[in-house]
Amino acid sequence: MSPRSKPEPVQVIKQRRDGALRALANAVPYIRFLGIEFERRGDELTGIMPFKQELIGNPLLPALHGGSTAAFLEITAVITLNWSYLWDDLEAGRLNLEGLPPEALPRLPKTVDFTVDYLRTGLPRDAYARARITRAGRRYASVQVEAWQDNRERLYAQAMGHFVMPAPRDNADG
Amino acid sequence: MADMTALARQFIQALPHSVMLGMQPQEMGEGVASISMPYKDELVGDPVTGVIHGGAVSALMDTCCGAAVMCHPENGGGTATIDLRIDYMRAATPGQTIVARATCYHITRSVAFVRAVAMDDDTENPVATATGAFTVEAKR
Repeated sequence: MSPRSKPEPVQVIKQRRDGALRALANAVPYIRFLGIEFERRGDELTGIMPFKQELIGNPLLPALHGGSTAAFLEITAVITLNWSYLWDDLEAGRLNLEGLPPEALPRLPKTVDFTVDYLRTGLPRDAYARARITRAGRRYASVQVEAWQDNRERLYAQAMGHFVMPAPRDNADG
Repeated sequence: MADMTALARQFIQALPHSVMLGMQPQEMGEGVASISMPYKDELVGDPVTGVIHGGAVSALMDTCCGAAVMCHPENGGGTATIDLRIDYMRAATPGQTIVARATCYHITRSVAFVRAVAMDDDTENPVATATGAFTVEAKR
């Protein structure tokens, strides 16, 4: 057995992962505009859409706009897909996203179609979402997303989307 | 035509999220609605190309489909989205206004069926299409 190399200090790992995630999410103006954030546990991401008045569609109920919910789910799907696509290169140190200008970041997956089920009224409070990649092919990917508010088991929306993956990065081994 | 525009304007201004995205009503009546969304930097999804985020197009489509249901003569009042599917055919050209047009093509006592198209200046090639089901309120 070859001697194992010493594991990296946990702070170094966390900094690298959080830095990469921040770089991916902060590069997109529309994510910042809606105020959507991401939390990370290992490789698992949770999208968070903190409530604000501008996300409301029906002021009488009041209820979140279907459009803010749809965008929240799509953003969570794309970021999760991209995150999983880049994970190996990030972990192996082949890719470092921190401090890169937007034009130097890897290309994003493109949405082909996106279908949202509105299961319950979106309440005027924070919303959370997690995506599951059900197919990650070289060219196409399928992603399911679930969103909830107060109770993890009571989804307020779910979605299914198909995506075209970016062309392989030519500097992946550099 | 004048009151159709006024109705559409009232409808949009009552929706904080639609105001946030800068949506502007074009027309609304008899189960058909048209809403435009001028280009602005905050809506960008790809900072390199400047292309609008799909989520913003979704929001426009959802608003427009909802507006079409609300102005259908068979619908008693408000509506909510049951489901909405968006197909993204191509990236909208950066800098151009996106215009969505939705038609409520069938309505029952409980469900309204809607389809919509979103265009930029190249009206021959849609940016996206949508199909959805919406709730219907009983007429009083």
